[in-house]
Parts: sequence; structure tokens; C-alpha cells
Amino acid sequence: MAAPGIDADRRGGDEADGASSGGALGAFRRITDGAANIAIKEPGRFFALCLDTFRAMFRWPFQWREFIEQAWFIVSVTVIPTMLVAIPFGGVLSLQVGGLIRQLGAQSYTGATAVVAIVREASPLVTSLLVAGAAGSAMCADIGSRKIREEIDAMEVLGINPLHRLVVPRMLACAFVAVFLNGLVSVVGLMGGYFFNVMLQDGTPGAYLASFNAIAQLPDLLQAELKAFVFGITAGLVAAYKGLNAKGGPKGVGDAVNQTVVITFMLLFLENFLISTLYFQFVPSKGM
Amino acid sequence: MGVEIRVEGLTKSFGRQTIWQDVSLTVPAGEISVLLGPSGTGKSVFLKSLVGLLKPDRGHIWIGDRDLPRLPESKLYETRKLFGVLFQDGALFGSMNLYDNVAFPLREHTKKSESQVRQIVMEKLELVGLVGAERKLPGEISGGMKKRAGLARALVLDPEILLVDEPDSGLDPVRTALLNQTMVDLNAEIGATFLIVTHDINTARTVPDNIGLLFLRELVMFGPREMLLSSEEPVVRQFLNARTVGPIGMSEEKDVSELEAEAALGRDPGRLPPIPPQLMTSDGRIRPGQHAPGAWCAAHGVTPPAGSFVDDLGRDWVEEWPRYVASMAPGAAAAADGGFAGDPRPGPSAPGAGR
Repeated sequence: MAAPGIDADRRGGDEADGASSGGALGAFRRITDGAANIAIKEPGRFFALCLDTFRAMFRWPFQWREFIEQAWFIVSVTVIPTMLVAIPFGGVLSLQVGGLIRQLGAQSYTGATAVVAIVREASPLVTSLLVAGAAGSAMCADIGSRKIREEIDAMEVLGINPLHRLVVPRMLACAFVAVFLNGLVSVVGLMGGYFFNVMLQDGTPGAYLASFNAIAQLPDLLQAELKAFVFGITAGLVAAYKGLNAKGGPKGVGDAVNQTVVITFMLLFLENFLISTLYFQFVPSKGM
Repeated sequence: MGVEIRVEGLTKSFGRQTIWQDVSLTVPAGEISVLLGPSGTGKSVFLKSLVGLLKPDRGHIWIGDRDLPRLPESKLYETRKLFGVLFQDGALFGSMNLYDNVAFPLREHTKKSESQVRQIVMEKLELVGLVGAERKLPGEISGGMKKRAGLARALVLDPEILLVDEPDSGLDPVRTALLNQTMVDLNAEIGATFLIVTHDINTARTVPDNIGLLFLRELVMFGPREMLLSSEEPVVRQFLNARTVGPIGMSEEKDVSELEAEAALGRDPGRLPPIPPQLMTSDGRIRPGQHAPGAWCAAHGVTPPAGSFVDDLGRDWVEEWPRYVASMAPGAAAAADGGFAGDPRPGPSAPGAGR
């Protein structure tokens, strides 16, 4: 059949058995069916789509044009909001942590804490926010509207695998852009932190900059970039899955976009937690 | 020259709702077949199953020697290149203009140079009358134009099988007639197998070689056009004559009391008048015997109702047909002083088995 995951719930295989659906047993069955659908079938289909997309990724020719167009599109919808979110984020961190640190008498380490907080955690989180909220939703809306206009069907009928043609370039573009967004958030966030520390908290520029590498180390940046990459892939896949399964006209697309944002957020925060935990297991903190 | 589609025992359901079951039919290679049915009987689902967009629960779909539902993905995409599909609203790619839409399959599947692509695309666009609109985006054109552009795209790889979903929906009667004529001409020209899904009876009466009717989750009948047009089967008769009298009700099927009341009143679905020749599609190319009125009935010992093949000029086409075919034979036209004397139109016109 066509690529699993597309229109998954209409593809059959889950034929209703002839058992009676009346009475308490029927109600119980409906409830358990619903629960099984949420707990097993949907994740299963999503996983099938992920595997198929992975397979399609290595199929020649790679859709460079689509990749570049999508990457540009994602950049255009995320860069400005990312910067606008990153500046106050860096500022707030400086304000909160800076005040605390001053009370502890370690004001010269304000820069060090800002780097750790922003590079390790804040920038992947801001990136995930933007990737899920802006890029994922736009991608899901695009694929979903193509689905309900039967463009995806038409593409399959023309002998073209939509996973290869549409999903792979989008997913990779999302990951590619996320990596750079993460860098952008780090830089802009630190600039925001610097501004707040120096201008509002009477910190000295020299102390802020000199303590930059007191706690932070290169693997911190690498793990943040890895997180961003994983977030991009996840957001792309969820958006593609929800978009390809959109049904019921324009409202269906709206629902799919909504679910995409919610599911992507949850997954990204979970992934963020897992990667952070693993990171601290494998990379020892730098001593001062 | 077209590929036969053989469907055996096909069943499809969504959850607990059975769409249709045990559908078996053979769409003959190189002929036009029409699948009719009231709204909501799963005609479009059937069409999507034929190209593997939906997986049937049971049954086989043989395209040549390949069983579509059981093909691995790579073979399925390969097999789909045999198909051209015209979706209900064209399903054009919204981000591309008409030219790129039509050129898309050529660029994906062939190694043709851009000038060759251009030549083929313009040829197909001319065929559907869209030259001049090729730089327009799908959002900027009317439904009829979308449909014609969709047809051009479906044709661009010279498919062996052409599946058409409701060519008449949302089109005015003139464009419907022209599109129907285009399909008949195409069938004569490229010899592809056509399966048209519709609920327009005029399309069904003028275009196909074969008709099938889906009703109440079953294929009621599938056979040569004349067999269905002259059928006494109540569902077929009601549908093809577009009457309220008969088993098809507003929601789905009428209940027994309603049918008994109709029978008690002696109401009869009746017959539609024959389609006048000027509204008939020509068969594109004269193929003696293929459209000969009454031939199928004669071969199968069926007596068609009186006046079945008499048009509104009073000509009985069972008698007229051989003379008509002879007049259209190469060389005969000039000798017969500009064509068939009894035909009001210039040029080829095959009235077929008009009722």
C-alpha cells in the first residue's frame, strides 16, 4: 500500500469484528477501543511514519530545491520571533540569577551563570518553542491543506512518494534551521543578559565577560545543538503526521495544527529532559 | 492499448460501516466504462481503491497480472504510472502554475529535455483548451478550468488506464458535453481504458461502452450500456431514468410500505426520451459494430423495449447504423457528397444506442 501513516485510520486492517456492540460489554469495548487507539494505534502509526520517512531519506534524488525553499520559509517565520523572545529571556535570567548571586557575594560570576543557563537550557527551550509553535504549525497547515485538497493523493497516484518529496525535505530543513536558531538564541540571549547586567544591575563588563568560561564548556554548546537538531526532526515528523492525517475539510486542518503544536510541545519538553539527564550522566561538570 | 482491470470480491469498510462488499467486475481494456450510483454509495472510494490509495478489506484488483492490494510499495508506485487519475476538483498542486502542474509528472518520471516537456505540455493544454492560461495558479481559475487542467495532467504520461471522478460535477452542461466528447475522442485516439465515476445519467447515456451501478453496498449490475439502458431491474431503471418511483429513496433505500404504496398506485419509473443526435458524443473514430444500436441485444436474445433506438427525427438507428458506418468509411465520405445524407451534422457522429 501507499506509505503507512498517510490517512492511516482509513487504510483498513482495523475491520470491526462482528461482536455485538450493545449493552455494558459494548460500552466497555468502545471505551477500551478508544483507549487502545490513543495508547497504541496512534503512536504505532506515528512510529511507522517515522520509519518510512527515515527510509525515504536515503532515496535518490534528494529534493534540494524543496529543502532550501522550506529552510528559507522556516527562517522567515522564526527568526524575528526568536530574537524577540530571546532578549527578554536573557534579561529575566540575569535579573533573577543576578540578584541571587549578588546576595551570595559572587557577583563576578554573573556571566558564568548566564552562559550556563542560556546555553544549556534556555536556548534549546526557546528554540523548541519557536520550532513547534511557528515552524511545526506552518508545516502542518501546509501539508494538511494539501491533504484535504487531494494533492497528496494526486501525488501518490502520479507515482511520487509524498514522504520523499514533501516530508523529508521539510523535516531536514526544520532540523537544519533549528540548529542555527539555537545558536541565535544563545547569542541574542547572552547579549540581553549582558545588557541587563551591565546597565541595570551595575555589573562590570569585564567581570561578565571574563567569567564566561568559568563553568560553561564546549560540550554544553554541543548538547544544545544536538537538542535543537532532535527538536527540529521531531517537530517536522509530528507536523507531517498530523498534516497527512488531516480530514474533514478546513476545520480538520485547524484541528491538526492545534494538535501538532500541543503534541510537539510535550514531546520536545520530554526530549529536553531526557537529553539533559543523559548529558549530565556522561559529561562531568566543570570544576571551578 | 489499454489494460484490463479485473476486480474480484472487493470489500471495503470504515470501522463498522461497510461501504460495499463482494464487488466483482472486469473493466474491459480500451473501452469506456461508467460507474454510477446514488450519492454516498462509495463510488469515489472504489476509484481510490483501484489506484491503491485505500486498501480494501478483502478481494483482488488485477491490473494485468499484478494484484494491486498485495503489491509492495515500490511495485505499487511503479504500477501507478499506468494510471492517470482526474480527481473531483482537479487536485492541482496549489503552489505551481498550470504549466508546472502538467509538466510535473514528465519532470519527475522522464528524462525529457525542457523543450520536449514544453511541447508535450502545450499539446495537452491545447487538447483541453487551456492555452493562454498556463501561467495562472490553480487558485485563480474556475472549477471547470481546474478540472480540464487536471485532465491534461492525468494525460501527460499517456496512461494505459484513466480514472475519472465525477467529470460533470460543478460544470455547466455545455462544458460537460465537451468534456465528455473529449474523453470519447481520447479513448479512440490513445486506446486507454477509461473508468468514469459519476451520477450524471446523460454522461452515462452518451459516453460509455459499459455501465455499472452501485447501490446499497453492492454492485447491482455491470455490463454493456444497452443492457443497462434496457434493463428491467427496478434500481437500474429508476436510476437511469431519474425517477422518484423505485427502490432508491432520499436517505438510502425506501421501506417496504412505501414500495407497496407505489405498486398499489401502479406507478412506473417510465423511460427517458431518446437523446437527440446533436447531444450524443461521437465515438471519436468509427469502429463498426462497437456502438451498433441493438447489436448487444440481438447477440444476447434480449428484446429491447419498442422505440428504444428511434431518435427524435423518427429514424430507427438499428436500420440506419450500417448505412451510417458505410458513409464514414475512408473514401466513402467524398463519394457520398459530403457525408451521411441522413445526418444533420457535418463530420462524424455516431449516435450509438440512444434511448
